[in-house]
Amino acid sequence: MPRWGMVIDLDKCTGCQACVVACKQENNVPFSEEKEGSENRREIQWLTVMAVAKGEYPNVGLTFMPMMCQMCDTPPCVRICPVGATYLNREGLVGQIYPRCIGCRYCANACPYQVKYFNWFWPEWPKEMEASLNSDVSVRPKGVIEKCTFCVQRLQKARERAALEGREVRSEGEYVPACVESCPAQAMYFGDLDDPKTQVRRLAQDARAFRIMEHLGTRPKVYYLRKGGSSGDESGAGQG
Amino acid sequence: METKAAPDKDELLFDSVLKTGKGFYALFCLMLGLFLWGVYGYSTQLRYGLGVTGLNRTNFWGFYIVNFVFFIGISHAGTLISAILRLCQAEWRRPITRMAETITVMVICYGAANVVVDLGRPDRFLYVFRYGRIQSPMIWDVISICTYLTASSVYLYVALIPDIALLRDIVRPGLRKSFYALLSLGWTGTAKQRRRLDIAIAILAVMVIPIAVSVHTVVSWVFGMTIQPMWHSTIFGPYFVVGAIYSGIAALLIAMAILRKAYRLEGYIKPLHFDYLGRLFLAMCLLWFYFTLAEFITTYYGHEPTEMAAWWDKISGRYAVFFWTMVVTNVFIPFTILCNKRTRTVAGTVTASVFVLIGMWLERFVIVAPTLANPRLPWGHGSYMPTWVECSELAAMTSGFVLFYMVFVKLFPVISIWEVREGRERSVQEVVERVKNYMPMVA
Repeated sequence: MPRWGMVIDLDKCTGCQACVVACKQENNVPFSEEKEGSENRREIQWLTVMAVAKGEYPNVGLTFMPMMCQMCDTPPCVRICPVGATYLNREGLVGQIYPRCIGCRYCANACPYQVKYFNWFWPEWPKEMEASLNSDVSVRPKGVIEKCTFCVQRLQKARERAALEGREVRSEGEYVPACVESCPAQAMYFGDLDDPKTQVRRLAQDARAFRIMEHLGTRPKVYYLRKGGSSGDESGAGQG
Repeated sequence: METKAAPDKDELLFDSVLKTGKGFYALFCLMLGLFLWGVYGYSTQLRYGLGVTGLNRTNFWGFYIVNFVFFIGISHAGTLISAILRLCQAEWRRPITRMAETITVMVICYGAANVVVDLGRPDRFLYVFRYGRIQSPMIWDVISICTYLTASSVYLYVALIPDIALLRDIVRPGLRKSFYALLSLGWTGTAKQRRRLDIAIAILAVMVIPIAVSVHTVVSWVFGMTIQPMWHSTIFGPYFVVGAIYSGIAALLIAMAILRKAYRLEGYIKPLHFDYLGRLFLAMCLLWFYFTLAEFITTYYGHEPTEMAAWWDKISGRYAVFFWTMVVTNVFIPFTILCNKRTRTVAGTVTASVFVLIGMWLERFVIVAPTLANPRLPWGHGSYMPTWVECSELAAMTSGFVLFYMVFVKLFPVISIWEVREGRERSVQEVVERVKNYMPMVA
């Protein structure tokens, strides 16, 4: 059984936001209008690129950090969901069941990474955009929680293809989320963390690798690479 | 209204049921108006989504959850206090138990309603029964609140039966009489029925105490079971229970004062009741202060940066106004009023109660909001400001509670008539016997 995980090389990331666009397009994430905009903090973005400043003027460095669901192996959100609308499957993906969610937002409060998003309104697209919605991904109604799924619909497709050919899904390269696929700097890697032959596995064990707030015991499956490892700011390591 | 025969000297106690003044209708209309306004607010929320509230990302919870904790807290007044006083055989309890128990039952309903109003998908509310996961603290809430509502309703009802029978015997035949006849379960007041009633009340009183304590513990666990800064605390269970009893007594004192004035019950509810409850109130004030101090000082000395971010936000940041108002209204004002015998009067205790209700609401707010506004990660700090929708819901829930209470007052006596009579007829003798029994060397 694969354990899907991601590695993001921050030393390569240019902060170009291609992954953000790819994610929105792939997963039918609606545009933020004024009522949801950044000021109201209602926007839905499964993937955001955070800018982490380091050092003091004049020696300031900026690191860009793509943030999405960290796909914890011990997810705090799953533990407390009253109705089982968010769950951890056997391949390590933390999923959401939209028709089950009662919209209590307990999971959003329990997530230390703040990567759960709530549908404060009905989702809306400009008329011209509606035809380009991805038919493999359901549009979420008002009142439920959603988040990055590691483009689970792509796993579904890869699985069907593999089944036709009478084999398992390959542990790397066959099932790739949209953000990883779109990254022009090739800073993102994806694959089976349990397979010793994969690149993600090798990189996850790199000296530069760290995970965000590892000390909370959430065991995320998204690894970040940076020279010198975690800076402490965004990893929360120095923050109790 | 249709009184058949003048009842005996407790006639006054039937008045609240049988006579309705202009003031009653005026207040009823006002409350109904507020309530309907809240219904309109909620319909707006249903139509457009929770986006019409001030909630946002990281501040996923706000007024509704604050109200939920606050209302469930108030419910501890009634059943718990009534049960403790009954078990201790405190004779002065007799005129106030009914009022207290009624608060409990009404307010639990509104507490629970707040959670439903908070849901993004209220149409799926019943999923908590269908798909409920026992591992989730929210399901513990559902279980404990359902248990508490059932237990306190039964507790209220059982002690009502003899009074319902009294009403059944005095009202004219009609719908109302059949209603009472049905609810009185054939009560005639025989010795056997009396004994059964005493046993039932005794059992319920014992049962209800651990249920009440567990309810607010479980409410606190919804917060305590997450790893969020200043929520993840083991002291929350008892802290919430103490706060609940504290705000509960405040609500009870206010209800007592209003009903006493409105129905001229000065002969039944005397300054002594306010004095005695005032002492208990004072004790809870100090206990609450102790828990708050313990909570804040432990966090400070632990000095973890993420915890401290929320801590400072409460002490000197965006929530400082609410925090310090809470300290003043929950500690300084009530303590000053209640520790002095001269100010521990009806007016004094009621004043203290009003401040404590404000303070305890703020306490819940200061627990919920600053934590969510100060998440662990350095980015994405939000802030929360309610809109008219949340404010209308708070007004609607409060007025809805008053409405419920008013309807109850029109249907049932607000003072337990049979218990007052029992106290008058039997207790003096009994208390003398009891004291003789345990006091050494009494003739």
